[in-house]
Amino acid sequence: MKQRNWYLRAGLFLTVALALLVIVGCFWTPYDPAALMSGPKLQPPTLQHLMGTDKFGRDIFSRVLKGTWTTFSIALGTVAVGAVLGTVVGALTGYFGGLVDDALMRINDALTAFPSILLALVVISVVKPNSKFGIIAALGAVFIPSFARVSRTAFAALRDVNYIKSARLMGAGSGRILLVHILPNTMPVLLPAITIGFNNAVLAEASMSYLGIGVTPTNPSLGYMLSEAQGLFTAAPWYALCTGFVLVLLVFGVGLLGEGLQRRGGEVE
Amino acid sequence: MSEDLVLSLHHVTSGYREGGIFGKKVYQEVLHDVSFDVRRGEILGLVGESGTGKSTLARTILGIVQPDEGEVIHYTKRPQMIFQDPFSSLNPAYTVGWILEEPLRIYGKYDAAERKRRVRAMLERVELPPEVLDVKPHELSGGQRQRVSIACALIRRPRFIIADEPVSALDVTIQAQILKLLKQLRSELDLSFLFISHDLNVVYQLCDRVLVMKSGRIVEQGSVEEIFDHPKEAYTRQLLSAAE
Repeated sequence: MKQRNWYLRAGLFLTVALALLVIVGCFWTPYDPAALMSGPKLQPPTLQHLMGTDKFGRDIFSRVLKGTWTTFSIALGTVAVGAVLGTVVGALTGYFGGLVDDALMRINDALTAFPSILLALVVISVVKPNSKFGIIAALGAVFIPSFARVSRTAFAALRDVNYIKSARLMGAGSGRILLVHILPNTMPVLLPAITIGFNNAVLAEASMSYLGIGVTPTNPSLGYMLSEAQGLFTAAPWYALCTGFVLVLLVFGVGLLGEGLQRRGGEVE
Repeated sequence: MSEDLVLSLHHVTSGYREGGIFGKKVYQEVLHDVSFDVRRGEILGLVGESGTGKSTLARTILGIVQPDEGEVIHYTKRPQMIFQDPFSSLNPAYTVGWILEEPLRIYGKYDAAERKRRVRAMLERVELPPEVLDVKPHELSGGQRQRVSIACALIRRPRFIIADEPVSALDVTIQAQILKLLKQLRSELDLSFLFISHDLNVVYQLCDRVLVMKSGRIVEQGSVEEIFDHPKEAYTRQLLSAAE
């Protein structure tokens, strides 16, 4: 009897639940998340304000809903940019090897040598500070090397496998071999890497907001709210706790999903 | 003469250069002055210990490795290969139906209905039930997988097949079934084989002629009877006595 993959189930459940919450938050929040004095200042959680209010009297639950969307979308965008470009680089270097491999991987090493936040700072100052697009571009660029490395290993390992050799003998072109024949077989490695990347992106976005180079106060993210909550920890502990709890749930859910996918990949082997 | 041949190798010498960017490159010869023909309709065995260049010879014939000297002449189009390990020769991400259709998709001249028809016909030839079309390779047994590999190699109707140890990963009973199938397909589809094996019993059962290879050279060639009953070379006698 096959053992059930509880990691995958729990991860899916948490992630889908949060994603639904995020989608709801896009269209409807109990209060306007930017409206000052939705209720009394620094009020602990009540039935009217499920997570209490902050020092401007804004409803924290509404802001968390909005902020989760910001964090979620930035992390998703970052991972999309990093995973797609990283996989392209990894596929080319891993499959063709030789000079392409040497050149691209040395650039990759150079990028990895910079502290990621510093690199993101450089990119964001060139692109567009304090905008979602700028942050996604910056973090995405930072995430390319790790994806390139993972996918390079996977593509190189499959390059000389018999079914790829025989596809080449059939006359399949390199593009078809990379996309149709190899890519689906790298998924057991790439999918967990994507979930880990997503979590790192959530945390990276939080630290960027914390440093003040992230999103603007009118469009809060969980990381931005946490940095705000830190100063109020004694006056309004619920602010940090509630925001932090949602952030942890998000990271935990996606982490479980990744673990589950990895185990499922192991079963197929 | 050439209509009776599917492949000719004339004085083929092949090797590779070894050494890093800074070290001096050393030329390592793998094949030395290899000449032989594969005749139409025959199963030509290639025997020899591992590391004698059998795989390099296969790669040279398929054009993956270019010979440094001599020439490889094909009298048929697109030779195909059957690999030793049926567990790694089928793409695990797809169903058997997809895998068998893929060579035809790459070829690009048949529509979906015609591809499906050809896949079913080939499946019948290798004696597999149509149900296997919808399963992935890991759900099949070793023998079934090897049948799928054979079907995949034959689906575009090549005339010449290189089989690299196609039965050595299988149980003896399954081996016998696959060998029988190969013989049957040979006469039905007018195929010629280069059959690489280290198992002399299998070669004796299946092949018409045999090449004996040692350290990149063909040391002896002849019909199965000549090689097995009256070996001329000491090396061949040594191989034969090791197999007993």
